[in-house]
Amino acid sequence: MTTPLQVTTARLRTPVTEHDHVRGPADAPVTIVEYGDFQCRFCGAAYPNLTEVLRQRADVVRLAYRHFPIANIHPYAESAAETAEAAAARGRFWEMYDWLFQHQDQLDPVHLSLGVEQIGLSPDEIAAEVGRQEYADRVRQDFVGGIRSGVNGTPTLFVNGVRHDGGYDLAELLTAVDAAADA
Amino acid sequence: MSDPNGLITPGRAAPGFTLPAAPDGRQVGPGQFRGRPVVLAFYPADWSPVCGEQMALYQAALPELERYDAVLLGISVDSVDSHRAFAESQGIRFPLLADFEPKGEVSRRYGAYAPRGQSDRALVVIDPDGRVAWSHLSPPEVNPGVDGILDALERLDADRRVSAR
Repeated sequence: MTTPLQVTTARLRTPVTEHDHVRGPADAPVTIVEYGDFQCRFCGAAYPNLTEVLRQRADVVRLAYRHFPIANIHPYAESAAETAEAAAARGRFWEMYDWLFQHQDQLDPVHLSLGVEQIGLSPDEIAAEVGRQEYADRVRQDFVGGIRSGVNGTPTLFVNGVRHDGGYDLAELLTAVDAAADA
Repeated sequence: MSDPNGLITPGRAAPGFTLPAAPDGRQVGPGQFRGRPVVLAFYPADWSPVCGEQMALYQAALPELERYDAVLLGISVDSVDSHRAFAESQGIRFPLLADFEPKGEVSRRYGAYAPRGQSDRALVVIDPDGRVAWSHLSPPEVNPGVDGILDALERLDADRRVSAR
């Protein structure tokens, strides 16, 4: 007897709450949850498309970002994630998020501190907090919630709670958002 | 095509074995970890992008498996030398076992060998007494993630608590 191949449609197990970083209208009918790694080139490739989806469907969709750094292959992913959290503590998460995805080849400590400065925050202050691992638990919580929800790599998107197993080009993302809005 | 006999099912005794493991070629097998859950992650090959993704993910998720005191062993038909280079490139620190000579023998005993000459992408969780608690066969191109493993370890943990009462 041959064992049947098993594929499950993963669903988001950790709902979006006020602790999440969310961009877009709070009452949007469609929520995209992105599990990402700032050093992952596939996340970097998806970034402009997600940004464009938010622009083209401004009343329909909001984006929540959660950390999923795979530090063993991306040595700067964890510090980038924690730096984004330090920025979030100062109300600047999305500015940092944009900078990180726009400068994926500049995530080493020297360039990262320039990025922090560019968004108007104190590099020394933030580097000290990240050095004390003040945001490590938060990043880990996102990661663990991700693996329990079936995140198997980055980026992984959930559209209204269902894992998006398609591609990340603009057309596919718009189709997924429109389908969820009409559902 | 997967193994005609099918992947080993829950309740059966996990076949004992040892295989040489990266990085140093020492013999590693589930029997050395009796008393702890053991997760066997069979995968088709080092170096394919999907595999790297799965084993790299498992390295990142390893602390969550260790919360259940579980041991993780990756297994493919690649050689120890290939495993060593692959592990270095992906930052993998758990043992990668070489089911290399005779090729695929252990994978076959678990029903996780494909006629194309590679291990299937199959997960087997062995309980602390050496019985199969959970098994899962994925299509070769689908990374099964970690959630099934964690669910199985969580159930094992809950069962132990109940029986210890």
